[in-house]
Amino acid sequence: MKYVDEFRQPGAAIAILKEITKLSQSLSQPLKIMEICGGHTHSIFKYGIEEILPDNIELIHGPGCPVCVMPKGRIDDAIFLAQHPQVIFTTFGDTMRVPGSEYSLLQAKALGADIRMVYSPLDNIKIAQDNPDKEVIFFAIGFETTAPSTALTILQAAGENLPNFSMFSNHVLVIPALKALLNNPELQLDGFVGPGHVSMVIGSKPYEFIAKEYHKPIVISGFEPLDILQSIWMLLQQIIQNRCQVENQYDRIVVNSGNSAALQAMNQVFVPRDTFEWRGLGDIPFSGLKIRPEYAQYDAECKFSLPSNKVQDKKACQCGKILQGVMKPWQCKVFGTACTPETPMGACMVSSEGACAAYYKYGRLGKFTSSNLSPANSISV
Amino acid sequence: MCLGIPGQIVEITDVVKKLAMVDVGGVKRQINIACIVDAAHPPESCIGDWVLVHVGFAMSRINEEQAAETMKLLAELAQIMQVN
Repeated sequence: MKYVDEFRQPGAAIAILKEITKLSQSLSQPLKIMEICGGHTHSIFKYGIEEILPDNIELIHGPGCPVCVMPKGRIDDAIFLAQHPQVIFTTFGDTMRVPGSEYSLLQAKALGADIRMVYSPLDNIKIAQDNPDKEVIFFAIGFETTAPSTALTILQAAGENLPNFSMFSNHVLVIPALKALLNNPELQLDGFVGPGHVSMVIGSKPYEFIAKEYHKPIVISGFEPLDILQSIWMLLQQIIQNRCQVENQYDRIVVNSGNSAALQAMNQVFVPRDTFEWRGLGDIPFSGLKIRPEYAQYDAECKFSLPSNKVQDKKACQCGKILQGVMKPWQCKVFGTACTPETPMGACMVSSEGACAAYYKYGRLGKFTSSNLSPANSISV
Repeated sequence: MCLGIPGQIVEITDVVKKLAMVDVGGVKRQINIACIVDAAHPPESCIGDWVLVHVGFAMSRINEEQAAETMKLLAELAQIMQVN
């Protein structure tokens, strides 16, 4: 496939890997590089990138999976909305199995709620038009990559004066989350692989504070294996040359100023919330998006009264620490036993972009577990 | 969630609603192109353009020159390593 296969060539991958290995030999101490985006986490595991890197380069899997960072209370709110008899609740497929405090949307569907998976937020318009006696509520989640499409959907609904459509907005913003991470004294990072598709919308400028204030290099990266390897190589060059800059490996997609039409739609419809709760990171100021009062008729939070309870994660579940990169999935006692993709206990095991699901799916147990497992957290498979 | 796939715009299906048919690896699907059209790039001019498709929206036009540059760099690197 064009613009995909070219970035999977083994010859070039071997060449970059040799360059990375050569550069890694001049490092005085091991490096910790965080890929922020869950899409990168998925690719890194799919192509075995973590396994082929030199031992002194460690990849930390960051909080950039919108499904994984969704707190349980918001899932409970979604289920509350979905169970309303007059509601058709729609969602992207990967939120279906995220556990709430009692059950997931998938289980709520099995119990009779009218919950439907959609491919695009625009699909909601037709569902609402076809079901005038029902309220169609879309579970809007995602970072800046997805927020413009939900904003444009609201604008289209407003243009068509659609009375029976609303959204439950759970959009989150990457920059406040990065600030929260960088302010965590537990976290020791040497650089970032920046999110390619969020950056396609916001551009590269919003990351400049990482280089200027926190003195960490960041390379915005594409998602194919050669993209990720090239980005790690670019990061290594920066670190070895003692540079801290925002660089853009994904320049076939990302322009420095971002996508103005997408940003405009997003700003027209959404406004940052004063605070938003993230699973694992807690409350982060101005990190979530709510629908502006002008579009209140499309805001499910205005149309319905929600329980909005804060729900603690189960004690055994370590999703919070895994999302912050301070713990590896295999260090969680329930990983692969009580918590599997079929019966996820925490969100990191649900989405294919979650670190736990990626470790589980691609069987990345051997290299780490063999040397690090203790009897206390042994895995029975 | 944030993954996107490259596709080529083959037809404009609704100029007013900014809808287009995109070919993704042989599969055709209608998508919204509002984020990639402006005065300099009206919908009609988008036929043949490669775009990144995400949840039914074209979110960016793929810069074919930059893509070629990256591929050239990678090919050169592979060649140098082969020689060495």
